[in-house]
Amino acid sequence: MSNAMIELILAATLDTLYMVGVSGFIAALAGIPLGVLLYVTRPRQFLALPVLNHLLGVVTNIGRSVPFIILMVAIIPFTRMLVGSSIGLNAAVVPLTIAAIPFVARLVEGSLNEISPGLIEAAQSMGASPWQIIMKVLLPEARGGIITGLTITVVTLVSYSAMAGAVGGGGLGDLGIRYGYNRFEPTIMLITVVILVVMVQGFQSLGDYLVRRSDHK
Amino acid sequence: MPNRIMIALDNISKVYGSGSNAVTALKDVSLNIPQGSIHGVIGLSGAGKSTLIRCVNLLERPTTGHVSVDDQDLTTLNRAALNRARHGIGMIFQHFNLLTSRTVFANVALPLELMKVDRETIRERVHPLLELTGLSDKAESYPAELSGGQKQRVAIARALASRPKVLLCDEATSALDPQTTSSILALLEDINRRLGLTILLITHEMEVVKSICHRVSLISDGELVEEAEVGDFFTSPRTRLARRFINDFLELNLPQSLRDRLLSDPAPDAHPVLRLAYAGDSISTPLISRLARDCDIDISILEAKVESIRHRTLGLMIAELVGPAEKTREALAYLDNHDLQVEVIGHVKRND
Repeated sequence: MSNAMIELILAATLDTLYMVGVSGFIAALAGIPLGVLLYVTRPRQFLALPVLNHLLGVVTNIGRSVPFIILMVAIIPFTRMLVGSSIGLNAAVVPLTIAAIPFVARLVEGSLNEISPGLIEAAQSMGASPWQIIMKVLLPEARGGIITGLTITVVTLVSYSAMAGAVGGGGLGDLGIRYGYNRFEPTIMLITVVILVVMVQGFQSLGDYLVRRSDHK
Repeated sequence: MPNRIMIALDNISKVYGSGSNAVTALKDVSLNIPQGSIHGVIGLSGAGKSTLIRCVNLLERPTTGHVSVDDQDLTTLNRAALNRARHGIGMIFQHFNLLTSRTVFANVALPLELMKVDRETIRERVHPLLELTGLSDKAESYPAELSGGQKQRVAIARALASRPKVLLCDEATSALDPQTTSSILALLEDINRRLGLTILLITHEMEVVKSICHRVSLISDGELVEEAEVGDFFTSPRTRLARRFINDFLELNLPQSLRDRLLSDPAPDAHPVLRLAYAGDSISTPLISRLARDCDIDISILEAKVESIRHRTLGLMIAELVGPAEKTREALAYLDNHDLQVEVIGHVKRND
């Protein structure tokens, strides 16, 4: 294999990591608060706001139900407004992030469901404010579940980022399609797939390790 | 002032839902608990115990009525002021409600963190509490590594961290085995004596009331139907429900063979069956043999039990008076004149 080819694969790997890293990071930053909000504003919860809760639920479900490939094309005007272009790495990051936020939110909400309501009651009996309940009880108690959710999100983003090649996003998926499939170079195809497999394994192991470290149940 | 009221529930009611779906959980409950006392509320499940205790720190807001703790009306406070007032009210729960992600030390430190107490002070205050509850060697353990009794000790230490004046115990021993229950009760009694803490506990176990409470209220269908000193409650219960609790507790029940033959009304040739309860002095008098001698009847004892409750002796007996009708009437009058509780449970025909 030529040096040029190796450089190409290396660059594509870094592109994939960039797309997954940036969109995963922003999605966590926005998705965790959204998930908490979905949980604490439920009827009978300590910050019950049923109308807002319903609204957030609907928006989240819409985000979750649009197929990624359609979402990516549909929000092109928005992407262009945000990053100034509808092609390239940063243009791919926008739809990846938009798709991942509701995904993270639902997973976070799910892991908050696992917390015994008794813990919230105990915190309230100690005079905890809603903010303190979230920061001192909900998030630490759900830490393992949230890390699991983020791991699932990152792995999903790896596979979504392959589709991002369709908007000229680059990355390993794009490389595999263009060289492996269009130019019929099965070695390239195989190498990109192997790198993706290793990458997913790596993220999963890292996630599992972090969950083990934070779980005292 | 030994008789200062620490917890005052003034005519509180709690209604869930509205219209035709409304469910009344508490009806006009009033209760005054003096500083430094241990007050028990006992009742069957669904009677409203949990709602009652949650109304004291407003985890449940009563629909009507007022709640005062330490002379402060909690029902009129805003959220921030209520949270400050809650620092003065500790609470422990049936299922402990410890944070699994925190060590024992950090669990006990939590209420202090919520009060924004600095780290140094937290350390100074948590360690004596771990010592008090016998957990000094468990400071760095996680709740999952502890037994049920140890978890409840952590919860007690946590509840005491903010130096409250009141401790609320929500079925605190119901998930524990009998031996662990007595050690937790002993700890609560010790805390009550040492720190002068006022304790309100709810339970369905008479054992808990018997071993540590000073006064007890009986709750039924959301109403307090009886309130008494614990000794009086056991020796002279006023309601049928109270008697049922006591009979169940003492396992004092009629033999099935007798129950099948029991008539509610007197009949010729039938003998009265009595439930006798005697306490204090009357226990030292040889009452039964005197009764037999003075009234010239026979007494057949079917069940009997003697219990020591809060330094008072309580005797309970189920007995059949055997003799002619006028003699047994005389015997009943004789018993009424002596300081004991007599209840005619029914009558049985002679078994011949």
